[in-house]
Amino acid sequence: MYFPQSHPWTPEDSLGTYLERRGVTRRDFLTYCAQMTAILGLADTMAPRVAHALAAVKRPTVIWLSLQECTGCVESVLRTGEPTIGDLLLDVVSLDYQHNIMAAAGHQAEAALQSSLAKNKGEYLLVVTGSVPLNDGGIYTTVGGRTAKTILEEAAKDAKAVIAVGACAHWGNIQASRPNPTGAVGVSDIVKDKPVVNIAGCPPIGDVVTATIVHFLTFGRVPELDYDGRPLFAYGARIHDQCPRRANFDAGQFVEAFDDEAARRGWCLYHVGCKGPATFSPCPIFQWNSGTSWPIGAGHPCLGCTERHFWDTMTPFYGRLPDVAGFGVERYADTIGLALAVGATAGVAAHAIATGVHQVRQRGKALPVIETPSKKETGGTGDGHD
Amino acid sequence: MATTKIVVDPITRIEGHLRIEAQAENGRITNAWATSTQFRGIETIMKGRDPRDAWAFTQRICGVCTVVHAVASCRAVEDALDIRIPPNANLIRNLIHGMQFVQDHVIHFYHLHALDWVDVVSALSADPAATAKLAQSLSPWPNNSATYFGEVKDRLKTFVGTGQLGIFTNGYWGHPAYKLPPAANLMAVAHYLEALDWQRDVIRLHTVFGGKNPHPNFLVGGMASAINLDDTATINAERLTNIHAMITRAQRFVEQVYWPDLMAVASFYKEWAAIGGGTGNYLAVGEFPENDVRDIGSLYLPRGIIMGKDLAHVRPYDQELVKEYINSSWYEYTDGDAAGLHPWQGETKAKYDGPPTPWTYLQGNKKYSWMKAPRYDGKPMEVGPLARALVAFASGHEDMRAIVKEALDRLQVGPAALFSTLGRVAARGAETVLLSRRLSHWYDALVARIKGGDVRTHDGTKWEPETWPAKAQGYGYLDAPRGALGHWVQIENGKIARYQCVVPSTWNCSPRDAQGVPGPYEAALMDHHPLANPEQPLEILRTIHSFDPCMACGVHVLDATGREVVQVKVQ
Repeated sequence: MYFPQSHPWTPEDSLGTYLERRGVTRRDFLTYCAQMTAILGLADTMAPRVAHALAAVKRPTVIWLSLQECTGCVESVLRTGEPTIGDLLLDVVSLDYQHNIMAAAGHQAEAALQSSLAKNKGEYLLVVTGSVPLNDGGIYTTVGGRTAKTILEEAAKDAKAVIAVGACAHWGNIQASRPNPTGAVGVSDIVKDKPVVNIAGCPPIGDVVTATIVHFLTFGRVPELDYDGRPLFAYGARIHDQCPRRANFDAGQFVEAFDDEAARRGWCLYHVGCKGPATFSPCPIFQWNSGTSWPIGAGHPCLGCTERHFWDTMTPFYGRLPDVAGFGVERYADTIGLALAVGATAGVAAHAIATGVHQVRQRGKALPVIETPSKKETGGTGDGHD
Repeated sequence: MATTKIVVDPITRIEGHLRIEAQAENGRITNAWATSTQFRGIETIMKGRDPRDAWAFTQRICGVCTVVHAVASCRAVEDALDIRIPPNANLIRNLIHGMQFVQDHVIHFYHLHALDWVDVVSALSADPAATAKLAQSLSPWPNNSATYFGEVKDRLKTFVGTGQLGIFTNGYWGHPAYKLPPAANLMAVAHYLEALDWQRDVIRLHTVFGGKNPHPNFLVGGMASAINLDDTATINAERLTNIHAMITRAQRFVEQVYWPDLMAVASFYKEWAAIGGGTGNYLAVGEFPENDVRDIGSLYLPRGIIMGKDLAHVRPYDQELVKEYINSSWYEYTDGDAAGLHPWQGETKAKYDGPPTPWTYLQGNKKYSWMKAPRYDGKPMEVGPLARALVAFASGHEDMRAIVKEALDRLQVGPAALFSTLGRVAARGAETVLLSRRLSHWYDALVARIKGGDVRTHDGTKWEPETWPAKAQGYGYLDAPRGALGHWVQIENGKIARYQCVVPSTWNCSPRDAQGVPGPYEAALMDHHPLANPEQPLEILRTIHSFDPCMACGVHVLDATGREVVQVKVQ
């Protein structure tokens, strides 16, 4: 990861001239563009267009809000893998406000935010990590004495695009799981007047954030999204369809208990709770931490963390999904999400029927605004567990 | 001179959301209040869940110290159900947690804390040759050349020339409290950048054993990463070699960059060895069991209590003496605000009664934080690297005595200097050195066991709920990078009935208790604490950052008794 002070990108520079000055060769740049083209799922023939567009990009301003969260998503972005250009694209942006690394504190920090919002009106990218608590006047997260909701509304108003990074910003995550005591919601529940890209996961792989920004800079718009606002280039494939252990699933070779002989041979984790069959995520394709490994690769079942309400619908985590054979790679989230939600409800979480049905109803819509179970709409006892 | 009121909100370069209010007179802080400004209320969702899932829920308390709650949770459930994990699993957890310490502390020093001591703008006037000379006098690190530092300086110069300072906008550059010569500033800026690359490399140890970082996977009863030297999908020689290489790179950076830098920077700020001490009570639950976690005597970093800076007496720790108070916190207890509750009886009912937003000042309100106030035997306790170093030092821990002595000798100060802001910074570095070395020991032990034919990583004899008693309760301790952590779980009929955590930053960021006794952050800010310019509260950042706040951890509160579970209405 590189910071602006080490590789300054002046406002006058295009990325092309900037990289040239840094000593990055044209060949390296084109190689990078080809890699990005592949990650984004574009045809090879698009690589020159990516390169052409990227080379002309001016240094964009990014404002990053940290709301109700655990900072895991920021850490994930700090682990972003591919050296040099991938990092540059993320970090040589003019990052004018980011709590975890900025030098200023207190009113000097808030002044930096206000100044950047005013100066870059309509031009800046807004990145948000964390959810927005709405109950009790939003008192459950404040910065500088102002509520998360107030801050988000202000910053989103003149943003060119909004990227919601991680499950908290996506849909509210763990704090929005039943019974959601603070009334936590995702960014798209607040920001309605412009597209919100949801980089799903708890946390997501940092490289997905990089690639999304590249897409935005290249094409001047956000990538194609699935029914839940997730970029198709990353969330268009089911883990189960990309899993190296799929052959074991098809052959009926299953781990029945942790550390059994099957576990020591790397067989399928479906019987010990793997949620890969119900989860759309790039984990098996991109892998984690510079391609080091991924959850199933390290022997643990997938928790399904890129799916909404996974704390309620994918638990117990070591419970088995119902029979899911029959879905092929040609199916996308939009078409099978509904069926999977029904399946998950019936098989794993018989106790969570209400939540599941709630989700199913929402999943049927094209681009749903999923209402999280906030205090207002909840009441009574029990979605189960009793 | 009149009293000045100061508000610093947000405190940046920490995990989470923290607000400090203070009063100052004649360049000294006379009073201080620490406010946690985020509450997530995770507590209520724990009730009725499968205890084997608890590690994943509690892990999401924090994505920075991303393994500590998961391991503490596994230990709590394993304690409740009397599960003994295989020795290999204990070693793997030590490796993961040990690397967490090393990576976390280095990130803290360079990326969260350094800008309080290092003036980035001053680095512009550094002579690269002088910088190289300084660096070479400290360590044999290969990048200590004039060419290298010259490149860093050139980049920095161009950057500042653009006028777009990005994350460095509005820093307190030129503040008189910055004391480093330009060469030292340039050296630190260069290593700030190197550390960014280093951290994402060495943390991949988590990915090998846990599948990802942040939030690697754990497992009640052991670890899920099976060992088989003759398979491609398991822990095999290739993965072990990879681990070994990461450990080597971690050690090298700590010994040749972090520790020398820390000592060099500290030598310019020795006055901070008499500032910011605070409560003087220290608690360490101890960490890194060599054997089973129940064998307290086998902990590499020992357990103990120090009261009133008395290093002659290390007292035993008894978890029964922990209680949490809400006199100054936005919660209510069934038995009223004066009650102190042990985690077995813990309650978490949020009740905000502060002013409406936007806030101007919170001081003057009886309640002012989302943090509860934990007390040990009625006393506020500082936890973290300094507490561990003091307990180990006072207990005669040989490795700790040697590294602490080395630091004290190099800075030419006595042990009393440890009770300070600078003491916290030095203690963090000292334990990082010890733990980076210790990683090799655990790695060698793991390899020796595998060589001896033991590949077990999980004990599944009590995996199925049918094997559990109808009622059970367990305590999981863990000393995390930021200090003593405890998880208390009660299980009934196979489900979680109550879950409570008492977390490092809750101890340290505690508000006042019923007796009006301030918590460690507050007490530290009131201990001989300067504040030259209330408009630029650099000194406040120094002391607060010396604790390495982790606010999401602090406002954890996972007890399951707060509210009844409510039904999702089907629409």
